[in-house]
Amino acid sequence: MPSLKDLKNRIDTVKSTRKITKAMQMVAAAKLRRAQEAAEASRPYTERFNAVLAGLAKAASGSDAAPRLLRGTGSDQVQLLVVMTAERGLCGGFNSSIVKLAKVKADELKAAGKTVKILTVGKKGREQLRRDYGDLLIGHVDLTEVKNITYPDAQGIANDLLTRFDAGEFDVATIFFNTFENVVSQIPTEWQVIPAKFDDVDTESQDTGYVYDYEPSEEEVLATLLPQGVSTAIFAALLENSASEQGARMSAMDNATRNAGEMIDKLTIEYNRSRQAVITNELIEIISGAEAL
Amino acid sequence: MADMMQFDLVSPERRLTSTEASAVQIPGADGDFTAMANHAPVIATLRPGIVTVQGASGEEKFVVTGGFAEVTPDGTSVLAERAMPAGEVTQEVIDDFVASAVAARDNATPEMLDQLSKQVGDIALVASELGLQSKA
Repeated sequence: MPSLKDLKNRIDTVKSTRKITKAMQMVAAAKLRRAQEAAEASRPYTERFNAVLAGLAKAASGSDAAPRLLRGTGSDQVQLLVVMTAERGLCGGFNSSIVKLAKVKADELKAAGKTVKILTVGKKGREQLRRDYGDLLIGHVDLTEVKNITYPDAQGIANDLLTRFDAGEFDVATIFFNTFENVVSQIPTEWQVIPAKFDDVDTESQDTGYVYDYEPSEEEVLATLLPQGVSTAIFAALLENSASEQGARMSAMDNATRNAGEMIDKLTIEYNRSRQAVITNELIEIISGAEAL
Repeated sequence: MADMMQFDLVSPERRLTSTEASAVQIPGADGDFTAMANHAPVIATLRPGIVTVQGASGEEKFVVTGGFAEVTPDGTSVLAERAMPAGEVTQEVIDDFVASAVAARDNATPEMLDQLSKQVGDIALVASELGLQSKA
């Protein structure tokens, strides 16, 4: 039976925890709004870009002259998994769900006899993957210092990927991130960026029906746009990820705040009961003392 | 009054403008060209340069680096990798552009070298046009 003082201390501890989780929830809510706005602002660019690129790619695919970024190396032996997670924890299952998806994929590929390499973006993913897949990690991108994700950040990652691709380090690159559905649901997603795939792009609705002239030439435009397409894909993924992270943190902290509240109620009841018991005890002692006289 | 067309300038980070314009000068990779209403459909890649928009309320200038322009008879969209209103371009921004272009040039493969060296030159031109210094 804990003493009154112990109970009082525990109540105070839980109360200050509740204050912290409440504050974190409100910070996450504010950041979430900004992250969502950023994701929204990038959408017109991404949509137009992918539509134009998909149109070009469709025309060029199949021909042997197609750039390697579109055609691939002709092999899928070496697979690069780019696992994008957060730099911070305390956001529910956000990091684990991406890592879990990546692990399933990595095991699947290994079972099929492929070589798997892993590049991590964000500290939390690396920490979780290091235990089981430490020998597969080939690099890490640190975004700890980055407060608001900008396009140059995505370009940096894309350039790293492209350099590795040109050096023949891998054949296929897939990125893993969380798609922001709403505050309570983020969907772990995988997306193959090299060679570029456009199966999901809705070309029908974006199709303007025009036959374009290309300057300088169709091949050159495609060759310039494909690397930019990788940056665009990574930028979109980073933005989705940051919105998801804040959403996940907000709901995780909301739960924590509610749990702390319940705990405080429970402890307060226990505290009052023990206080009552102590008073009753004292009364009994006084009365029996008086009777003994 | 010339015919008006829809003009959009977007970068990955934001939509810079969406307006009615009578003519837009675009720095294409193969040279500048001007898009007006009923222009033949063209997709052109961009070099670093200045996009000039003749709108209903006068002329607006934007600095862009990279990306492409999509011209159709009904309108023109410029999708730039980086873009900002010319008025917001400061010395630091130019320095930043120059630094990233120089870094790209120095790491370039031989076949890309020409193109990337040209980009550095293009940025220097933009800088001098805005009355700023380029350290390239």
